[in-house]
Amino acid sequence: MPLEYPKETPSQTAGPFVHIGMMPRVAGFEVFETELGQVPAAEGVPGTRITIEGRVLDGTGTPIKDALLEIWHADAEGRYAHPEDPRVNEVHEGFTGFGRCHTDLDTGTFTIETIKPGVIPGRHARPQAPHLNIWIVARGINIGLHTRMYFPDEENDDDPLLGMVEHLHRRATLVASATGENAYRFDIHLQGPQETVFLDI
Amino acid sequence: MTAEYFQRDRRWHPPAYTPDYKTTVARSPNLPLLSVENSLSEITGPTFSHAGLGPLDHDLIRNFTGEEAIGERTIVHGRVLDQNGRPVKGALLEVWQANAGGRYRHKKDGYLAPVDPNFGGCGRCLTDEDGYYFFRTVKPGAYPFRSFSNSWRMAHIHFSIFGAGMTQRLITQMYFEGDPLRAQDPIANTVPDQAAIDRLVAPLDLEASVPLDSLAYRFDIVLRGRRQTMFENKLEGA
Ligand SMILES: [Fe+2]
Repeated sequence: MPLEYPKETPSQTAGPFVHIGMMPRVAGFEVFETELGQVPAAEGVPGTRITIEGRVLDGTGTPIKDALLEIWHADAEGRYAHPEDPRVNEVHEGFTGFGRCHTDLDTGTFTIETIKPGVIPGRHARPQAPHLNIWIVARGINIGLHTRMYFPDEENDDDPLLGMVEHLHRRATLVASATGENAYRFDIHLQGPQETVFLDI
Repeated sequence: MTAEYFQRDRRWHPPAYTPDYKTTVARSPNLPLLSVENSLSEITGPTFSHAGLGPLDHDLIRNFTGEEAIGERTIVHGRVLDQNGRPVKGALLEVWQANAGGRYRHKKDGYLAPVDPNFGGCGRCLTDEDGYYFFRTVKPGAYPFRSFSNSWRMAHIHFSIFGAGMTQRLITQMYFEGDPLRAQDPIANTVPDQAAIDRLVAPLDLEASVPLDSLAYRFDIVLRGRRQTMFENKLEGA
């Protein structure tokens, strides 16, 4: 018998009212002085300001209106604001790289405003193309979905993760499209012919 | 110092597609997840400090208006550990729940039970050096929801947990010992193994209760563990 470790606490859906705990203003009230994840990169943080808009679509093609997304990303030099990043001391104090947003209760569109990340060191000395890490929860999602968003105007061909996606046409599900200067669109498909590549990290 | 996390045991967690919880049918990915080696992108994640939290954030009885909410006065407490049994320090816990009548304070909740003017329904706190946390709240009521026409949610508190990195990110729900609605609750039963559901059920903790004031329930949380050995993470050109 292999050695047994305690098992992780099982996941449960965030449900439709996830905003109450994580973005109470969206639920319709104020309780906390500061809501978390509202400013991934404060004014003065070096880097290109970007805006991303998108939707989360279910298997019928309908945008879902009760999703919450978290983004986690590196700064313009590819450094994470985290103690295990060897270059954490060089990260600007106004940069967290952590953002929270929701799909609008009426339109289903989400918006992220932050700075564009740089190339990130990877395993086996293979650099990773600039990307945002994204985590999605909602009613009907039993365990949070991890994915990444890459940029259409960056060199993605040698990215180790994109290279692992077996079906070539599915790589495109991880790349945003440009809609203007420093503006991007990124739709996430939970199911169907354009199903986004989700990750088991 | 970078070490990989243990692989997540996906057979222990609920699968994406659980047709008795009908909303999952159109919202569950059909294709396999892409398994990736941990890189800096996965082992890192946001960190939080007391500076970002307010003094009443962990007290759902009083944190909305300052007046006391109505309901069974309840303490929820426990420890956050990893699979190696080590305390997870500085973990951020965010909780949200319905009021004592089963009604959420949310634009989209149309249940006929009334809102409590003094109950917001959310709170947050950080674990200490031992991984310990506690909240004060009122016990949430059961509420109906549309999966089958007479489906009910057993009383529950939603928990969001940030450990050390995105690999440990978890959202779950805590239940109360002895709830008679468990067997019919389609959401609790998305978890395939009864032993796994048991892990979400907080036992009554009479010794931690405050006499003449509040009952206590104990909810311990386990996040993914890490290997002992480090992997190399050389910077490009370094
Ligand atoms: Fe709920």
